[in-house]
Amino acid sequence: MLIKSSGPHDARSSEITPRDLYVNRRRFLAGVGLSAIAAAGVGAKELFSPAEKAMATDKITGLQKSPFSTTEKITPMNDVTHYNNYYEFSSEKDEPAGLAKNFKTHPWTVSVGGAVPKKLKWDIDEVLKFAPPEERIYRLRCVEGWSIVVPWIGFSFSEVIKRAQPLSKAKFVEFTSVNDPGQMPGQRQRMLDWPYTEGLRMDEAMHPLTLLCFGMYGESLANQDGAPLRLIVPWKYGFKSAKAIVKISFVEHEPITTWNEANPHDFGFYSNVNPNVERYHSQESEHRLGEFRPRPTLMFNGYDQVAGLYSGMDLAKNY
Amino acid sequence: MIRLFKVVVFTLCLVPLALLAWRFFGAHPADMTKWGVGLGPNPVEALEHGTGDWTLRFLLITLAITPLRKLLHTPALIKFRRMLGLFAFFYGCLHFTTYLWVDKFFNVHEILADIVKRKYITVGFLAFVLLIPLAVTSTARWIRRLGGKRWQALHRLIYFSAIAGVIHYLWLVKADIHKPLEYGAVLAVLLAYRVFVWQQQSFATRSAVGSLPRKIAVE
Repeated sequence: MLIKSSGPHDARSSEITPRDLYVNRRRFLAGVGLSAIAAAGVGAKELFSPAEKAMATDKITGLQKSPFSTTEKITPMNDVTHYNNYYEFSSEKDEPAGLAKNFKTHPWTVSVGGAVPKKLKWDIDEVLKFAPPEERIYRLRCVEGWSIVVPWIGFSFSEVIKRAQPLSKAKFVEFTSVNDPGQMPGQRQRMLDWPYTEGLRMDEAMHPLTLLCFGMYGESLANQDGAPLRLIVPWKYGFKSAKAIVKISFVEHEPITTWNEANPHDFGFYSNVNPNVERYHSQESEHRLGEFRPRPTLMFNGYDQVAGLYSGMDLAKNY
Repeated sequence: MIRLFKVVVFTLCLVPLALLAWRFFGAHPADMTKWGVGLGPNPVEALEHGTGDWTLRFLLITLAITPLRKLLHTPALIKFRRMLGLFAFFYGCLHFTTYLWVDKFFNVHEILADIVKRKYITVGFLAFVLLIPLAVTSTARWIRRLGGKRWQALHRLIYFSAIAGVIHYLWLVKADIHKPLEYGAVLAVLLAYRVFVWQQQSFATRSAVGSLPRKIAVE
């Protein structure tokens, strides 16, 4: 277990606290004296903001580097974990961090269905072993006009396709997020049609950039960032990257996707980052979190290698 | 006494701005690298939403003055209406400036495209523009120059500005229309009060015409 510090990558052994001590930190802090805390390696900074640190995440080891990673400055983890569009918890971006704190990500089952030779049910721990974990530092652009750079951990979604062996009639992949109003207060309101569904065309899902993600910043995913399993499609607006996935279906027709259903004019099925197509907002520029000057938004969010997927398509129509 | 109250109200009206500025500049305003940190991960959005919220709130407070005068039997409240209306305009200016400067960095092409094509920006821009003649003609001199009746007719533009402001918010949000609807509900009550009063008056006028001619006090 790791106590988050500003540099999660270079955690010293003195920063590692036994799990039960870590999870029960507040009780622990209340029960022991200052000197004991100092002995356990808890710095003064953490001492004064224990709530902020009270997230149980596992450090992921053996990370492989990825040629897809950007060298741009990584957004501070605290921003990525405290500024979340996660409507299942709340439509306020500062609220999922608190509301998702006790969200149960174990046990977790992912079912595979649709046009596959055999319907499957995978335990999350099984999925995580499909391939060695890679760290991929991707840009992520929200349709609202802000962007972040995050070191995600996962492997290409094609590893899942390889194991599911979809039939040739499967043309799309549909992702279904968890439906659990008991744990997710936002789902008790009818803001969107729950459960959240998203989809990709098969060739998009096969693309090596498409990441099945279960970690970030060297640790397992924070609950408010879509734990335990989510998708990252870096050339599309953020809402295409479904969180807390429980079901993967291989389907013949374009699946219904949540935001497209809520507002088909503004949010298209493809939703590729495209500065020339203006629907919900002008998409010419964006604010990288932590910067004041807006920067120009790049076609496909700068991931030009996906352009071939759309050759011959009118992207103004298929937005 | 009124003078003292005015100073108090004026100071209170500046509190939202002071809080935004405090969170923006932090404890060490000289250190530019820390600017905005206190406003959370997206200070641009926080400034835009903060100033926008307070523009709407001041519009609603201004519109509440007339009903409150009647309901609370405190006609003196009228002495604060101009100041509150001007604060609505002031926060509207801050909101618009934040959009032009911090959000779009004076990218004229993008701003014009936004105003023309993005309907929520069009209607927000309209809400702001409608306030300009009201702010300009807010002085006693302008009331004299226009004459009470015409001045009052002109200042009914605030109804349309407030309606446009709420629609601006409603069209901006992606799915959760909770908060814009709250503003909308308050505005609906404030406007319904006017409709009710006008109906009463026209009814009184008609029945007065039918019986004895008498002068109806119209406000």
